[in-house]
Amino acid sequence: MLEISGLSKRYPNGLLALSGIGLNVGVGEIVGIVGGSGCGKSTLLRLISGLEMPTTGTIVLNGEPIATPREEIGFVFQEPRLMPWLTIRRNVVFGIRHLPEAEQKSRVEEALKRVGLTKFADNWPRELSGGMAQRAALARALVGRPSVLLLDEPFSALDALTRYDLQDHLLDLWSYDRPTMILVTHDIEEALILSDRVIVMEPQPGRILTEVTPGLSRPRLRGDPEFDAWKRRLLGDLTHSFHVRRSGDEDFPAAAI
Amino acid sequence: MSLAVHAGRKDEPVALSERLTGSETATASTQGVKPAAGRWGWLLGLIVPVGLALGWEFAVAFGFGNGRLLPPPSRVLGTLWQLAKSGDLTVHVLATVWRIALGFLFGVIAGTTLGALTGYSTLARRLLDPMLQALRSIPSIAWVPVFILWFGIFETSKVILIAVGVFFPIYLALSGAILSVDRKLVEVGRIFRLSGPELVWRVLLPATLPSYILALRAGLGLGWMFVVAAEFMGASEGLGFLLVDGQMTGQAQMILASILAFAVLGKLTDWLLHIATEPLLRWQDGFRPAG
Repeated sequence: MLEISGLSKRYPNGLLALSGIGLNVGVGEIVGIVGGSGCGKSTLLRLISGLEMPTTGTIVLNGEPIATPREEIGFVFQEPRLMPWLTIRRNVVFGIRHLPEAEQKSRVEEALKRVGLTKFADNWPRELSGGMAQRAALARALVGRPSVLLLDEPFSALDALTRYDLQDHLLDLWSYDRPTMILVTHDIEEALILSDRVIVMEPQPGRILTEVTPGLSRPRLRGDPEFDAWKRRLLGDLTHSFHVRRSGDEDFPAAAI
Repeated sequence: MSLAVHAGRKDEPVALSERLTGSETATASTQGVKPAAGRWGWLLGLIVPVGLALGWEFAVAFGFGNGRLLPPPSRVLGTLWQLAKSGDLTVHVLATVWRIALGFLFGVIAGTTLGALTGYSTLARRLLDPMLQALRSIPSIAWVPVFILWFGIFETSKVILIAVGVFFPIYLALSGAILSVDRKLVEVGRIFRLSGPELVWRVLLPATLPSYILALRAGLGLGWMFVVAAEFMGASEGLGFLLVDGQMTGQAQMILASILAFAVLGKLTDWLLHIATEPLLRWQDGFRPAG
């Protein structure tokens, strides 16, 4: 479904953010991408979304190369990024403004119900807590029924309990239309809870270090011995990628680590 | 709070509002707090001017001043009353307000169009902004002879002069505000595939609305300043004419009556603009001082 090959991204300031990325993602698959800061996770997501163009390589969705943002790709950012001058309802409509009014209405009502915000439909974004605002952002991204949903550290700014709740809820939402999801996260547990497959990236330049397919049945439980074993393995991979970054940093010679 | 994650529960109704954690409580209840001064708070603004007026009134009444160059408020209000009774005040006020209305309208249209254009397009900004910034530094009075030469001494030149005054604050504020719109919101617009005009209409203009409305009020204030210069250009009616007439005939009370009318009308139009635009900014999450 989504095929990425030979992808690299060099910014105008000369920084090579990504190099030689190759990745295939199947229909309905949930792929988690983890890695330290600056390893190009968010850049990869922005390239897939069409917000930025790669320097080399191709991204093909259902046989068509991605050059600009497309209707079948939804994006949830780290912050809710709701339009502050629109009510929650109007923010969700924003995602399907081209549809006939009757369909807009029914889809928005459904989306708000699914994220549990029906009662807050006519509130301003400033009146919502961080978790509620992020759920509104999820509703806005999903109301257009995208076949691919990109999530860029969507719960990283939230407290632990709200984060767990939204992770749970994200899978609820996914179960309706089962879009392909690519989730960028710093949180290994989050990646393991949500993903069918986890990609570990290393920095300078951003590359895929390894990928793991946790053979964990659902529902997945934090604290389960098998879950903890996968967590330790991913942590080991991440530690390796951290050492790669430190050894490439002139201020932190590898010998000192 | 369950730590387990359940995938594939499509058959279960989602009632997440019932699962809200303490940290997920909406902050709606904190809205709508009225300042302590309440509905009569605006009366506070009258205390200083009314106090000064009464002070001067008593000073003249008890012989501390003769009130020839600075007539007491009773004489100024008396002059206004005489002008109102004869119908002259209505004629002069209507003439001035009509000029302001037209000048404001044209100034707003030009300021908004060029502000949006130079804010949105780098090419337009490079092409137009240096010239407009240079024109902005020209004093209003310098335009008077040029406009009389180009547009004659009647209404056109007056309206254009006022429009020039209104134009610059709006142009400057809108152009600058567009450039400082949160890039992250623009990205959301791009993700949802907004066209250029859609991006301006749905993201850039609403995001700049607070600055824009403030600029409208500043533009209107400058319009009232420029109308005086405009009515110095050989007008036969208008509050500016009344001002000149008072000066020519040595009637200080007439001059002050005109100034008072300018102040009241300027404040009234600003208040009307504020009232009309206030609902557009209900969404703002700005600082609201208590008391």
